[in-house]
This record gives sequence, structure tokens and C-alpha cells, in this order.
Amino acid sequence: MLIRDAVGMALNTIRVQKLKSFFSLLGVLIGVTFLIAVVSIVQGMNVYMEDQFANKLIGLNTFQLRRMSNFNSGNVTEDMWREWQRRPRINYQEAAYLEDNVQTPVLYSRYCSENLDMLWDGKTAKQIDIQTADAPYFQIKNYEIASGRTFTPQEAKVGAAVIVVGWEITDKLFKGADPIGKSVMIAGIPYRVVGQIAKQGTLFGISLDKFAVVPFDAPIHRAVCRLGFMDELHVRADNPAAMKLAVNEVEGLMRIQRRLKPAQENNFALQTAEGALEGWNKISAILMTALPALVAISLVVGGIVIMNIMLMAVAERTREIGIRKALGAKRADILAQFVVESATLSTVGALIGIGAGIGLAFLVRGVTPLPAAVAPWSVGLGVFLGVAVGMTAGIYPASRASRLDPIEALRQE
Amino acid sequence: MSDLVIQIRDMTRTYVMGAEEVHALRGVSLEIRRNEYVAIMGPSGSGKSTLMNMIGCLDTPSSGEYWLNGQEVSRMGDDALARVRNKEIGFVFQTFNLLPRASALQNVELPLVYGGVGAKDRRERSKAALTRVGLGDRMEHRPNELSGGQRQRVAIARALVNEPAILLADEPTGNLDSTTSEEIMRVFESLHAQGQTIIMVTHEPDIAAHAERTVVLKDGKVSSDTTNRRGAAA
Repeated sequence: MLIRDAVGMALNTIRVQKLKSFFSLLGVLIGVTFLIAVVSIVQGMNVYMEDQFANKLIGLNTFQLRRMSNFNSGNVTEDMWREWQRRPRINYQEAAYLEDNVQTPVLYSRYCSENLDMLWDGKTAKQIDIQTADAPYFQIKNYEIASGRTFTPQEAKVGAAVIVVGWEITDKLFKGADPIGKSVMIAGIPYRVVGQIAKQGTLFGISLDKFAVVPFDAPIHRAVCRLGFMDELHVRADNPAAMKLAVNEVEGLMRIQRRLKPAQENNFALQTAEGALEGWNKISAILMTALPALVAISLVVGGIVIMNIMLMAVAERTREIGIRKALGAKRADILAQFVVESATLSTVGALIGIGAGIGLAFLVRGVTPLPAAVAPWSVGLGVFLGVAVGMTAGIYPASRASRLDPIEALRQE
Repeated sequence: MSDLVIQIRDMTRTYVMGAEEVHALRGVSLEIRRNEYVAIMGPSGSGKSTLMNMIGCLDTPSSGEYWLNGQEVSRMGDDALARVRNKEIGFVFQTFNLLPRASALQNVELPLVYGGVGAKDRRERSKAALTRVGLGDRMEHRPNELSGGQRQRVAIARALVNEPAILLADEPTGNLDSTTSEEIMRVFESLHAQGQTIIMVTHEPDIAAHAERTVVLKDGKVSSDTTNRRGAAA
């Protein structure tokens, strides 16, 4: 009854003085809005980066053996860059040695890529990402075949002039017509379209469908790769644990092949989804470190404002406090009443802030490619902070109220 | 001895106002028995407000003793005094002192809230108290929806709801017209007839005449203590 009374009284105050209450709650409101919005965006980005970025660009349970990593975070000095440029490329012998010696069951595909123009029926599709790869590539990348087929191991082995095209080729070059069986020209050589890969969508607004895959040893090979070498060796395991094992095995076998001494660093890179996420993880770590400070500042300001509002309320209701004391309210009763009232005010601010934060997160999701997912724990934390700030801010005004002399208080008009 | 509700011995109260000492009470002794109806009178500055605050346990004496219903309240701390006010005293004020945003029923429930009475019991007792003062049909009204006389009756119901040892009224008719004042006096008389001890502070002789006994204060001391002929003015 006492708590319900105090809550009701606080809500009544808010209802009667909407504008004043809104301004007094603004600090808490902004703090909690920040909290919810930033956490939502960061969490959404986390999910997005893991699901979309890492898995689409690198693939699930997949890693790539490269001369150097192409996802770099932090400072790359000129010396580092020059060292990378001096590294040997990955060659066929190294790849074959790995295939023979890695114990963990995995799929392999050699891989090179280059942007080239593609011609059909007098039209040109410019700067298409032409990828050369072995037959397991489609499985490694988890590409779904929308129509037709991938190339067969035989076609891959002999380097047949066949091609599997991405969605955007069909859309732009063939204007949506069935591409299967059509013949496209790349660097003066005709390739027969045998398959069509399902739409991959976009990543941060960039199309993932502007590509085509040909067998690694197809005639175009010489325009894409230096003979005997590859850009990347793609390796896919069945599960994350197997992938870790395979990464360790490949690293060890590569060091053996390249005769690296224990003190020498790898002169090759093993690129995992985790590694690609490193840069993002740094950004999100910075955001998550800065966030508490931002939220704390808003909440401290909000708390001070609420304290002032409560001091005013105590002054305005001195007579009421006198009446309550005359009727038998103890100090603790008065203290509890005003603390609860202050907590209620602040919690209302926090609830509005939660609403605004969620709204902001959805707004960001709606108008930018950044995704946002509301984290339940941040909502819980928002409510908790609202209550805590209100209670803390209410203690001083409430203790002043509780110490009022009933005779003096009753005398007040 | 057990018949005494109030026993005050040599009570003094001194206030320090800046460099000056103000002697509001200079040795008051007073005994009031159960079911007495006492009016306390005196000109302003006589100490009657101070004495009322003492009897109502809102203040403690500088020296002397005050026994209320067998307990020595002159040595009690804040929380103990709050408990005594809650259980033993029913206040009726000149300005009613109802909470403006609460209904009549909620106002009457307030002492029971601080007395720790459960919600259901509280409601029933408050309804009974309001019915007793003739406001059974106004329970959900707020103070500003009631007339002065009705507000004072809500205050009386609130004072009685905890079945206090004394009903302590401070100028209960000071803000009421003469017709309504008579109405409130009739309520007091009926409560007195039912066994309630009533102490009323007033400066109006015709209101004081409703009591059985009149104590007059002057300069912080009791200057006369007389028994009225019962119901002389009624």
C-alpha cells in the first residue's frame, strides 16, 4: 500500500506536469537510450559480421592459405608491407603436399581471381570477378546452384571451357533469361554456361553476385594466375573443432616445407573467419568501452536533476509530511515514500529511454545497411539503472523529508 | 490510577530563539481521566498550543513527566513517539489537514497503513469509521468535493479509526460556520457518550461550554480548572 501509494503519487506528478517531468527525466532517458541503441547496433553488427560477413566471404568452418592476409587491422607499417610482398606465393607442390599429409578430413580448392570483362551477344559486362577454382569450391563456399550444375571433376581436371555464373550476370547480361547453354566470351575465349548460383545478396550495400567461376585450369587461367601458383588454397572442415586441427596441421606442414626455423615467423597467412572479424572486434570493443562512460555521464546528470525535483517536491509537500508524521509515520516510512517516488520517476524515464533506444536501433536498421538487434540484457540493465539512479538520487531529499519536525511541517501553508 | 489517561507533572518547555529563551510552559500539572471531555482555553501566548503539541506527542518537554495511558512518553525517541501518536492519539485539526489527492476512504486508512494493518481489515475499519460519522455515501470523494463540515467529519473518522486513547482536537470549529460547528459538536458529544476521551483546544467560550471541564492556561501555567454543568450550552 505504501509503495503503491508512492508509485501512484509519482505517476500522478508526471501526469499533471508533463513538460516539467519530461525535462527532469531527460538525463536518465538519454542515458538509457544510448545504452539500448549502441548495444543493439553492436550486437546486431556482431551477428551480421559472424553470419554474413565472415561466412559469406570466407565460409563456415573454412580457412584460406594465402601469401598474406587481406583483412588487416591495426597499423601495417611499410616494412611489414614490404616483407609481405617478398613472401613466396603458394605453389602447386605445397598444395599437393598438404593434400597428401593433412590427417583431418577436409575439402581443398585452389583459387585465383581477377576482374575481367564478359561479352555476350554484343553486350559487355565489365569488371566481373572471374574466379578459377577446383570442383569442391562450390561446396566449400556453400553456394547453392539455382539452375544447371557445377563443373564435374573431369571438366575441372582437363580445364574445360565451362562457366558457372553469379546472379548479377544473368540479371544484367542475359536480362533474366535462362543462361544455361549460352556461350560467353572472356578474353577472346568462349565459355559455355553450365550453372547458375543462387542470389547471395549484399554486404554493406555491395553486391556479392557479380562473379563467375571457371575450372582452375581453364584457358583463362593464364590471365588470372601465374602458372604454378595460386592466390589462395581454400580448406573446409566438417566442424569448428576439425577446422582448428586442420589449421594447426597446415601451419606445421607449411613451416616444414618452407624450412622455417622455430624463431622465424610464418611467411604465409592462414585466414579464418575469426581473423577476419578481428578488426570489427576491435571497433566493437572500443564502442563497448566508451559506452559505459557515456551512459554514466548521462545518468549522473539525470540523477542530479531528479534529486533537485525531489527536493522541490519535499518543499512543496512539507505540510503533507507533517500530517503523515502526526498520524504515526516513522522516519523510515517517510524515507521509503520519497525514495520510491524518486525511483518511480527515474524508472519512467528509463522505460521511455528503452522505447527510444529500440526505436533508434530500428531506425538505423531501416535507413542504413547496419543491422540492429535489441539485446534483452541491455533492456534489463536499462530498467535496473533507472531504479538505481532514482533510488540514489532520492536518498538525500527523502532523508531531509524524514527529519522534518512535525510541528513546523504542520504549520506550513 | 488506571483510570487516568493523562498524567502531567511539572511540565516545562523552553524554546531558544536566537539569544532569547522563551518559556512556553512554566510547570503545568494536569490529570485527565478516561472518558473525560476537557476544553483547554487561554489567550494566545498562554502556552495552549505548546501543551497541545505535548499531549499529542509531537514535542517533548524540557522537564517534567508525561504519562499517557500508562506509558512515560516524555523520555521517548522519535520512532517510539510516532508509534504512540499512531496508536493512542486521534488528531482533529482546525484546517482539517486531509491529503488533497486522496479520497475520503484513503485519508481515513492512513493511520492504519502506518499501524501495519492489512489491506482488507484496513478497508473495513475505515468504512465503519466513515459510516459512524455519517459519511457512508461519500467515501470515494476527494476533500475538494466535500463541504467544510464533511471534511472535518472525515478528519474525525481518521482520528477514530485506530481507536485511540484520546481524541485531540485543535480549534476543530475554527474554520466552520456556526451551524456546521454545532453539527461537529454534536458528533463530539455522541462520541463522548460512547466512552471516548476528548481533549479540545479552543478560544471560543461557547465551544468550550460543550465540554465537561475547562482548563484555562495563562502565561504557561494552569490558571483555572473548573467543571461545567453537563451540557449547559447544548
